[in-house]
Amino acid sequence: MSGPFPAALRVRPSGVQLLGLALALLLAWLVVYPILIVAGDAAHGDALRAFVDRPGEWAALWASLWISLASVALAALIGVPLAFLFEWFEFPGRKTLGALVALPAVLPPFVGVLAFLFLYGESGFVARALQHLLGLTRAPWRLQGAGAILLVHAYSMYAYFYLFTRAGLAKLDQSMLEAAQALGAGRARTFARVVLPLLRPSLAGAALLTFMTALGSFSAPYVFGGGFRVMTTQIYSTKVNGDLALAMVETLSLALLAVAGLVLLRRTQGEDLLVALGKGTAPRRRPIARPAVRASATAAGWLFAVLLLLPHATLLLVSLVPYATWTTETLPPLLSLVNYRRVFAEPERLRPLLNSFWMASVSTLAALAVALAAAWLVVRGRVRLRRWIESFLELPWALPGTVFAVALATAFGVHRPLALRWVLVGTAVLLPLAYLARALPVTGRAILAGFRQLDPALEEAAASLGAGRWVTLRRVTLPLLRPALTAGASLAFVGGLGDFVSSIVLYTYDTRPIAIEIMSSLRLNEIGVAAVFGVILMVCSAAVLSIGARR
Amino acid sequence: MSDFLRLEGLSKRFATTIAVQDVTLAIARGEILALLGPSGSGKTTILRLLAGFERPDSGRLRVDGEEITAVPPARRRFGMVFQHYALFPHLDVGENVAFGLSALERAGRDRKVSAALELVDLAGFERRKVQELSGGQQQRVALARALAPEPRVLLLDEPLSNLDPTLRERTRRELRGLIQRVGITTVFVTHEQEEAFDLGDRVAVLSAGRLEQVGTPDELYERPATLFVATFVGRANVFRAAAARAVGGRDDQVVVVRPERLRFADAGLPGIVKERRYTGAAAFYLVEGDGGERFEVLADPAAARVGERVYVEAVRTITFAEPDR
Repeated sequence: MSGPFPAALRVRPSGVQLLGLALALLLAWLVVYPILIVAGDAAHGDALRAFVDRPGEWAALWASLWISLASVALAALIGVPLAFLFEWFEFPGRKTLGALVALPAVLPPFVGVLAFLFLYGESGFVARALQHLLGLTRAPWRLQGAGAILLVHAYSMYAYFYLFTRAGLAKLDQSMLEAAQALGAGRARTFARVVLPLLRPSLAGAALLTFMTALGSFSAPYVFGGGFRVMTTQIYSTKVNGDLALAMVETLSLALLAVAGLVLLRRTQGEDLLVALGKGTAPRRRPIARPAVRASATAAGWLFAVLLLLPHATLLLVSLVPYATWTTETLPPLLSLVNYRRVFAEPERLRPLLNSFWMASVSTLAALAVALAAAWLVVRGRVRLRRWIESFLELPWALPGTVFAVALATAFGVHRPLALRWVLVGTAVLLPLAYLARALPVTGRAILAGFRQLDPALEEAAASLGAGRWVTLRRVTLPLLRPALTAGASLAFVGGLGDFVSSIVLYTYDTRPIAIEIMSSLRLNEIGVAAVFGVILMVCSAAVLSIGARR
Repeated sequence: MSDFLRLEGLSKRFATTIAVQDVTLAIARGEILALLGPSGSGKTTILRLLAGFERPDSGRLRVDGEEITAVPPARRRFGMVFQHYALFPHLDVGENVAFGLSALERAGRDRKVSAALELVDLAGFERRKVQELSGGQQQRVALARALAPEPRVLLLDEPLSNLDPTLRERTRRELRGLIQRVGITTVFVTHEQEEAFDLGDRVAVLSAGRLEQVGTPDELYERPATLFVATFVGRANVFRAAAARAVGGRDDQVVVVRPERLRFADAGLPGIVKERRYTGAAAFYLVEGDGGERFEVLADPAAARVGERVYVEAVRTITFAEPDR
């Protein structure tokens, strides 16, 4: 009966529509226009033919696809059973372990790659230990190729399945399971006919997120790929080799693959029936009765947690190893804080830290401003272009980071003011702009959701008590949005701070961020310094995210 | 009657539906007016037009002679209690009540806050969190918050719908007493006739965006202006054609008879008792007439048995011309 939206919160209708148009155009310029330029550049020239004729291109595209699908399967294989274990059973340490197990989801992917390198790489701890144990002259393996990439992916992406499945299970209604049993269904039948179908949206959501992340994954294939190329690394090397036209075609092919995957997976997702039906009580956790089983479940849980935390502990240990003191020993002979001192004492080493911090801060503030404006226009203003604004906010998520970075580099590598293109390549503006675009989907989603949960009656109440629009914003809207704002801001900040994908395409020496500095330290064999940067990234990300998660 | 608040030819349409159509109403100073109607009748829209959350497509609003049609809600000085109270969850009770008093200096504000809380019987609740309060307490905080800035008009959106049924009757009395003590002109929305009758001095009945009738509860019940009011306000049996003639009307009339104005007799409208619902002092008898029409008779618990053949006559009727729609 009440109107479509409160008139009190409306500027003049035409004014709101105009603001909506302005924001839609700004977003289109930032996230759509560069992609269109890439598509245009890819459409002419011999590049298309070169792409079609070269077997290497198809191999890379195929590799991207199957690696992504395999990553989904592996991540599901680890994440789903873990979710059932932690959601349905009670055993000592369940709570602590349950939180630890989700850790890989929140750390920058690049940190995980680095930690894996130090732990399982050919000169990592495990390889060294085995080498000594078995008396080998060379490292027992090389952590390289498709297997290595899949290992890293499984490790860093199972958490999506774990978190989504747990959330889905928590929404299950105990009485539905009881109803199935009362109707004569056994445990297996209840599981197959009731639990799994109801979990479908959660599983499909996790699969979609894993697939998109794996398809856009760059750090793992870049560091561990060796000769094995997926499309993201292929694009990068083609671009570095200077064949820009071919790089455009490759970029476009990966973008198309991503969009196709997105559309197909979205279709399987289906409606979230549990939300539609309303909330019941989640099934109660069952203590594991048999002591032997309980003991082994507990042991397995702890073992798993140790395995998960080992890479990060390794990173910490390596950061304490001074330059050139660790050669063939299993464990480093000398530990000191010298690397930390060097990073903070030498201005040139401190620079990437400062760069990452200011660029992540600026892009976070910008993302907050854009997301807040978008949320207000979409939810409160209900502008005509609201669907477009929402789609534009989401778009950078659907496209691999490499695609986006190449598109930005292409669009803003020429000076054509009339086409709204300026030379931003080589300036300090481009990286924050890329981080901003990458942050828009998560920040936008958080703030839109927050705004949608906000009862418009609260703002009306403020108005009826005499508060004008700005007072209402300052005293009611923003304070109530604070959880959404901090969540959106922390995700944006951590994304920018640990970014490697966009940075490697767009950085300059002066604006080099932490991840780039880690790569160059590794190249100079300064593993200790590289690890120091890794530790800083890890600690800062965890700290910022824990602030963001607080209610 | 001096008109304090006037609605003059108010109309409002949303994208496809007409929510309010040409509503004119005058409310006296200190009067409590109920807006009563089924859902979709436009009553909430009228309240939102009064509060200023919606702007009318045509028509005018005046308070105390001053035209306020275009005045934004923040400068209207109307207090509003929302259906779900809309208490600010990030502020405590005292801060909620003080929200509309921000122009005052601190001491004056604190004094007004405690006065407002005392008024609703929540003295000393200043530092409580709103989430810790019961539904009834939240409602009273919302009322204190709306009254604290001393508004010209108090607006209440379904003020009792969120309360326990057992709590409603008591709260209704308390609410009416409080409004009368403050002496504030009040408009409230409800879809329950009992609530409208109990709490309102007068009741405005709305249907499909139109004002059907305004009057005291007695007037609405005894002299409904339209068939809609007759059937929406109170229980009513509707007789047409032959049945209308049998209860004392004409063929071309619609005759409305309240259940307590029908009684069993030796002659009149013949029928068979289908159901009996015992209520203590009396019983409702559902009778099916020979023509197939069904109606209710309120009579002595021993007046008839289920299955018995009865004749029914009307003591008092309300008649309308048969609408030729």
